[in-house]
Amino acid sequence: NESAPQESESNQIVSCSKIHIPSNHLGGFNRSNANDGRLLSSSPGAGTGGTATGNNKPAPGPPEEQQTLLAVLQFLKKSKLAESAEILRREAGLPEDALDPKGTDASGSGPGLAAGSGQVDGVDASSLLSRVTVSSSAAAQAPKKAAAGEDQPDVSVVLSAYSQQGDPSLYDAYYSGLKRFIESVLDCHRAELSQLFYPLFVHMYLELVYNNNESVAKAFFEKFSGDQECYYEQDLRILSSLTKKEHMKGNETLLDFRTSKFVLRISRDSYQLLKRHLQERQNNQIWNIIQEHLYIDIFDGMPRSKSQIDAMSGSLAGEARREANKAKVFYGLLKEPEIELPLDDEDEEAENEEGKPKKKKPKKDSMGSKSKKQDPNAPLQTRIPLPELKDSDKLDKIMYMKESTKRIRLGSDNLPSICFYTFLNAYQGLTAVDVTDDSSLIAGGFADSTVRVWSVTPKKLRKVKSAADLNLIDKESDDVLERIMDEKTASELKILYGHSGPVYGISFSPDRNYLLSSSEDGTIRLWSLQTFTCLVGYKGHNYPVWDTQFSPYGYYFVSGGHDRVARLWATDHYQPLRIFAGHLADITCTRFHPNSNYVATGSSDRTIRLWDVLNGNCVRIFTGHKGPIHALAFSPNGKFLASGATDGRVLLWDIGHGLMVGELKGHTDTIYSLRFSRDGEILASGSMDNTVRLWDAMKAFDDLETDDFTAATGHIHLQDNSQELLLGTYMTKSTPVLHLHFTRRNLLLAAGAYNP
Amino acid sequence: MAADREERRFAEVSRDSVKLMAESAGLELGDEVAALLAEDVCYRLREAAQSSAQFMRHAKRKKLTVDDFNKALRWSNVEAICGYGAQDAMLFRSVKEGELFFVEDRDINLIELALATNIPKGCAETMVRANVAYLDGKGNVGPQGTVPAAVQSLSDDLLKYYQQITRAILGEDPHLMKVALQDLQSNSKIAALLPYFVYVISGVKSVSHDLEQLNRLLHMVKSLVQNPYLYLGSYVRSLVSSVMYCILEPLAASINPLNDHWTLRDYAALLLSHIFWTHGDLVSGLYRQILLSLQKVLSDPVRPLCSHYGAVVGLHALGWKAVERVLFPHLPAYWANLQAVLDDYSVSNAQVKADGHKVYGAILVAVERLLKMKALSLPQPAEGCSIPLPAMYSELYSFFGDSLAVRFSTEQSFGGFSPCTPSHFRETRKEPLGHVSNPDTTRKMPQLTANLNITLRPQDQSLARSSMQRSRASSSRSGQRSIGLSRDVFPKARFTSPHSGPPTFSFVIGGRQMGRRCQGRRPFQTIFVPTPPPPVVLPRVYTHKLPVIGRVCKPLRRWTRSHYSLHLPL
Repeated sequence: NESAPQESESNQIVSCSKIHIPSNHLGGFNRSNANDGRLLSSSPGAGTGGTATGNNKPAPGPPEEQQTLLAVLQFLKKSKLAESAEILRREAGLPEDALDPKGTDASGSGPGLAAGSGQVDGVDASSLLSRVTVSSSAAAQAPKKAAAGEDQPDVSVVLSAYSQQGDPSLYDAYYSGLKRFIESVLDCHRAELSQLFYPLFVHMYLELVYNNNESVAKAFFEKFSGDQECYYEQDLRILSSLTKKEHMKGNETLLDFRTSKFVLRISRDSYQLLKRHLQERQNNQIWNIIQEHLYIDIFDGMPRSKSQIDAMSGSLAGEARREANKAKVFYGLLKEPEIELPLDDEDEEAENEEGKPKKKKPKKDSMGSKSKKQDPNAPLQTRIPLPELKDSDKLDKIMYMKESTKRIRLGSDNLPSICFYTFLNAYQGLTAVDVTDDSSLIAGGFADSTVRVWSVTPKKLRKVKSAADLNLIDKESDDVLERIMDEKTASELKILYGHSGPVYGISFSPDRNYLLSSSEDGTIRLWSLQTFTCLVGYKGHNYPVWDTQFSPYGYYFVSGGHDRVARLWATDHYQPLRIFAGHLADITCTRFHPNSNYVATGSSDRTIRLWDVLNGNCVRIFTGHKGPIHALAFSPNGKFLASGATDGRVLLWDIGHGLMVGELKGHTDTIYSLRFSRDGEILASGSMDNTVRLWDAMKAFDDLETDDFTAATGHIHLQDNSQELLLGTYMTKSTPVLHLHFTRRNLLLAAGAYNP
Repeated sequence: MAADREERRFAEVSRDSVKLMAESAGLELGDEVAALLAEDVCYRLREAAQSSAQFMRHAKRKKLTVDDFNKALRWSNVEAICGYGAQDAMLFRSVKEGELFFVEDRDINLIELALATNIPKGCAETMVRANVAYLDGKGNVGPQGTVPAAVQSLSDDLLKYYQQITRAILGEDPHLMKVALQDLQSNSKIAALLPYFVYVISGVKSVSHDLEQLNRLLHMVKSLVQNPYLYLGSYVRSLVSSVMYCILEPLAASINPLNDHWTLRDYAALLLSHIFWTHGDLVSGLYRQILLSLQKVLSDPVRPLCSHYGAVVGLHALGWKAVERVLFPHLPAYWANLQAVLDDYSVSNAQVKADGHKVYGAILVAVERLLKMKALSLPQPAEGCSIPLPAMYSELYSFFGDSLAVRFSTEQSFGGFSPCTPSHFRETRKEPLGHVSNPDTTRKMPQLTANLNITLRPQDQSLARSSMQRSRASSSRSGQRSIGLSRDVFPKARFTSPHSGPPTFSFVIGGRQMGRRCQGRRPFQTIFVPTPPPPVVLPRVYTHKLPVIGRVCKPLRRWTRSHYSLHLPL
């Protein structure tokens, strides 16, 4: 009867020694590929930067592996699995007395933990640690945490980090001691060190709860929860409802907090101050938490001001590490393909083929950014394989260019007209809207699982004839494309049935042949707009898929949902091509970069991430929102990103530098849609507060102060100029604005359901 | 546990509830187990509520639905809760004996439902409408009128129906009109047409010369108001303004003395009170607005007498409280004008004088009802602010003289008061007169009266009973027995507060809180309710301003013609 447990133990061995624990949790993918790669590559940099964080593995080499083995061995021995231990010992070639010199092992892990913090402090820190951690379990725990730290959370492992006992009654004293200290330091340091409050508070509270000190935990919460920044209120509310150890298992917020290190950016001076204080006071408990659960990103230079910190904080796991935003991003646009353009006026189009190239040139300059010259910031044309243009695509491009010559130049003194598409009688609940690029079709996703497509031009929607009828038509005729359509089916509206849950995301393909819809039922469906039938159901997300979007070049699309990963798909593959893992909570919205090489995702963890389609890496993490992000928009030139969240604020980001460059305040409710005008001068935002607001994007991006220091540190100083940038606020008639769209001539279309 | 319950900021499931539920499942739970379970249940509930909020956000709504919650339950592998998906608010009922609260789960007669003829249809086609909201960043939307632009396009059937109905009602054939009105009153499928009908009705202003048309339009209002399937929503306002027009405006038709516009005004006033009692809660502040506009007309001496007449009958129709609040304080000032008209015996004034007599009659009737109702509701302690009946009577007597006394001659005493011979009152008059002469000061300021209700049940009950008996006696004498009876039943059923225990402290804000609807909701009015109060109707949830088809549960309140008419049931 011992074989069964032994089996499970050996499983554990395998998983431990592999470091990655393959788990079948949620999407079945751990957040390793993106994160680990980044982490490993960044760790040398962190060493020189002088970070003093806990499990900052100093180059994964033999010593560490051996340590892992030792830990496992120790675990086996402790569990009285002598045989397995013996086998492991033999196979790993460890000496018989591998486990005996515990002291050296423990201290061995000590310097490891405090490696980067400097030589003198290192000793102190390790001695501190050795006093706190039970030496026998220290070695066992450390590697396990390293394993679990960046991996899919294995609940028991994660929670066991809390099992170390401090005196619960002293937590109060520890925390208030630190609070007193931080309040007494110089003003310039206080703002920075105050960042510590929230993560410390949460971890201490959880530790108390985990160790069954419910009443102490409650008192602790009561006493100190009021000190926390107001934007953590949502998290605190979840936290306060959690008072039992049993509840901690399966609580996602908690797991997020445990599995990711809370990242703080602190200047070197402030950090030294803190460290000295903690060492003087022998405040082990706090030091411990800082070592194990926080990642302190130390920078040289002036401490940041309170407003600077507030602008960047608010996410579930603190700010982004600076290295996370260092990768080069090719934000430029791809070169437009050369198309023979009959750009003449309508009356003489389609005739003299020869005259066109000459006429084309002067007109093409008015197209601005899309010139023939390769943008230095653009990715290689072939970096991502893109589908070739079909004849119909070329025709569409020609249409596009014709239209754009008639485009109105918008500006602060020339605002767009707004046309509102109101969904009437949408009692079933309108959940998503999309409009084709040429503004000829509008589609709505509804809570009753249907997708409805309307034609907003006089041209009705028609299905292709049945196969039998298609056999009868003359394939040689010029108007064969007309003939294949079944005139009898012409109608203004087509309803697509197939989903079994509310449709939360919807997206037209650029060529208007397909429509994507993502639903609560966990699937994404591809619909043909020729036959108005479902072509493919893409399964992969097992939980609601909140958003999906086609690439601007078609073929690819991205989706994101409750399972916290975004997936990149191609229409002809039933499995995803890339999985973007790293967000700590639901992915609420997904957007393609105009050059199709990157994907931006917004999440309930209050961060925005930019992913490289080529290799699946996360290349940017933007923090600063104080609520789940529900809207994203790239500027047409690909340089900037705008994001809107439940906090009613729009934030502007410089993708190249990885900086926040603007904050637009004005909305009073969740922002569900953002869109730049075709030339990028105006940013329109639509919100639950029944308004559309127009912002001067030109001015917002022009006023940037991008000196080297700012670019290097990412510490921008935003002036509050929302009021200057706000060009107009437009009320709807009690209709929340779910979607915005600029037509090719820069007329703004807005859509929403009338909600009486 | 009980001690720290106060500081928790969540709704909690109490230990007792858990025990009760366990019992209903046939289990006995110990205190400790129940407490643990209760806490766990609370946590799970909160967790589910938090995840359900996510569904709400993604559905781009502000209102959490049962559906959202069910989806959240599915995440945590819990069975969904069925049967609560309806849009309507749930009615919570309580059982007095067991301190139990529950949602009423009525049996539904499926046969009836299946065979129902009034299946709503044809109005809920989801569609997209485009309208240019702003041109070049500047609004070009016209000012929003009282009648909002219809947001539904009509099917051909509806359009035909609309044409037929309007043609029939405004046409010549009285029989056709009758049929049309009848259908308008009972058709369940015309919600989509409501804005159009309201618009037609608002045309009263253009036909003020044609009494017949006005009458027909008012009948149309009545039919719409009585249709149980229509949800009038904010259209009530528009309807009211049309009706008020008929009541108050010096209609072109009234130039000719042969035209009986008086009846029209009476009818419109009747309709006004009907709209108000049945749909008044759809628009907040409607009562106040109506009162204000009536008051404005009444206090405007330039207005012709027929407008004044309208104001008086309007007030009368709105109930004696309205009369007491608006007409009575205004009477001394108004009386002088009226007297001047009545005293002018010149030939040229004959017509005006006739009108004056009409107004005089209307006032008399209104005042008489005021006195009667006041007498009936006399033993009402909460109304600390109103003028005592004797003073009121004596003042009114000074205006009307014996014509008032004659009205009461059939009953020698009412409300326990001695016969109303003027001489009797004259003695008591001096003191209250000073009071009366400046009644506004007493009435306008809301008075805060602290009431220490030390609940001594038996005494309280007996007090109430005695007052009721008194009222019953009086009402039987005055021949209004039926009303008196319904009043007797009501307070017992609704206002006996089930809780007993520590003395409760309640504040009475008097003065402003008149009108029947307010009183129905006043928790402290334990003893007597003067007018037939509304039945137990919970405030509606105003989620749908658009006409919604299928709102079947509209409370139909009885309103007897005689109750509000000018003919006294003597």
